[in-house]
Amino acid sequence: MSDRLTPPLTAARLVVSRDLLLAFRRPEQLVHPLAFFVMVTTLFPLSVSPERAQLRAIAPGVLWVAALLAALLALDFLFRDDAQDGTLEQYALSGQSLTWLLLGKTAAHWLLTGLPLSLMAPLMGYTLGVPMSAGAGIMVTVALGSLALSFIGSIGAALTLGVRRGGVLLSILILPLAVPILIFGSRATELAIRGETYLAPMELLASVVVLSFTLAPLAAAAAVRISLE
Amino acid sequence: MTWTWFHRLGSPPYIYRLAGILTPWFGWLAGVLLVGALYDGLVIAPPDYQQGDGFRIMYVHVPTAWLSLMIYTWMAVAAAVGLIWRIKVAHAVAAACAPIGASFTAVALLTGMLFGKPMWGTYWVWDPRLTSELLLLFLYLGYMGLRSSFDDLQRADRASAVLAIVGVVNVPIVHFSVVWWNSLHQGSSLSLTGKDTIATPMLIPLLLSMLGFTLYFVAVLLVRLRGEVLRRERAASWVAEVVAT
Repeated sequence: MSDRLTPPLTAARLVVSRDLLLAFRRPEQLVHPLAFFVMVTTLFPLSVSPERAQLRAIAPGVLWVAALLAALLALDFLFRDDAQDGTLEQYALSGQSLTWLLLGKTAAHWLLTGLPLSLMAPLMGYTLGVPMSAGAGIMVTVALGSLALSFIGSIGAALTLGVRRGGVLLSILILPLAVPILIFGSRATELAIRGETYLAPMELLASVVVLSFTLAPLAAAAAVRISLE
Repeated sequence: MTWTWFHRLGSPPYIYRLAGILTPWFGWLAGVLLVGALYDGLVIAPPDYQQGDGFRIMYVHVPTAWLSLMIYTWMAVAAAVGLIWRIKVAHAVAAACAPIGASFTAVALLTGMLFGKPMWGTYWVWDPRLTSELLLLFLYLGYMGLRSSFDDLQRADRASAVLAIVGVVNVPIVHFSVVWWNSLHQGSSLSLTGKDTIATPMLIPLLLSMLGFTLYFVAVLLVRLRGEVLRRERAASWVAEVVAT
């Protein structure tokens, strides 16, 4: 039986392409977090001050909190549809390693939400008075941070499957765990805006990515199995 | 060596009786130690040369702060044991730990704030210790929130166990990131004692108080555990017998 099984990496890749295809058929999944991110960022000039110097000082915090909230909002959809129509159950019964399949699902989720967010972040930074030269730094750090958040959040999304008002609970579970991402990410962004080298916080952020990338799918798979019991 | 004594701990009626027998021992010992520690700490120990009598809140603050972390670890270990070997009593221990740990965290935060007012001039500063203690409180609240959002007890047990294990892996990362963040933003951090050594007359009551609070935690845990076991086994015949007598 095992010799006829698709190799885990191929299976994960198939999950990624399936999720991407589904998302492009229903693009609101792609658009909603982006719109949310833009709107939250817009609230700050309106509520704090439209003055450029002041906006530039708070820009790293604004960008990161807005990106974090947008990514968190999107996490709610990570497993929900597949849990409702039974796809997750089929994954669990398929004989494939659920860990690899969830790794694929989470990677696809990041491609659909984290990556667009990181492309949008320099633009929103620009509206907050951040120089264009900091754009690459912001893009890379937001990409890394949202990747780590997708993986850590996949645990929360799996744990809150089938819970009433799961979205709020998901935020409460995940936000304390996301604190290192926020700290390293906003620090790297701050350094990038000032034109200094941001390698140190970015490497710490990358180490959080590696840790969550390797461990989180295991915990998420355990959580999905519990929710299917 | 036989392991029957250990295996028996997994039996709800046995643990219910054992907890009942042990509770007064831990409770009284904790009471005696705490009274002694507080007398020693509040009356006998000399005032600090810099902080005067204000430092004495340390005899409540340090033990509760230390326990808040230790209880989280206990909870995660109990949850892991319950998840791996499917032991109901272990899940009951984890469930009983959470509210106690959250209370100790809240007490540690409150005493830290009370200490901060005369020492730093404000109740709240974004000191790394205060901040990471606050995040620990959020973790406890998340754990309890997840647990209470399931109707099915087994799912609540197993899902919250996964969260507790994930949390315990994350606690050191969160803590060190907060320390790192703070050292960037505030220069040298506000120190609790202003020196890294502590005089022996001040240390003895602290150690007594830490031991006393730990025993107190065990006593409260045993009481909560009995309640938790009764609630979970309410359909079992032995509970009817226990309640009838």
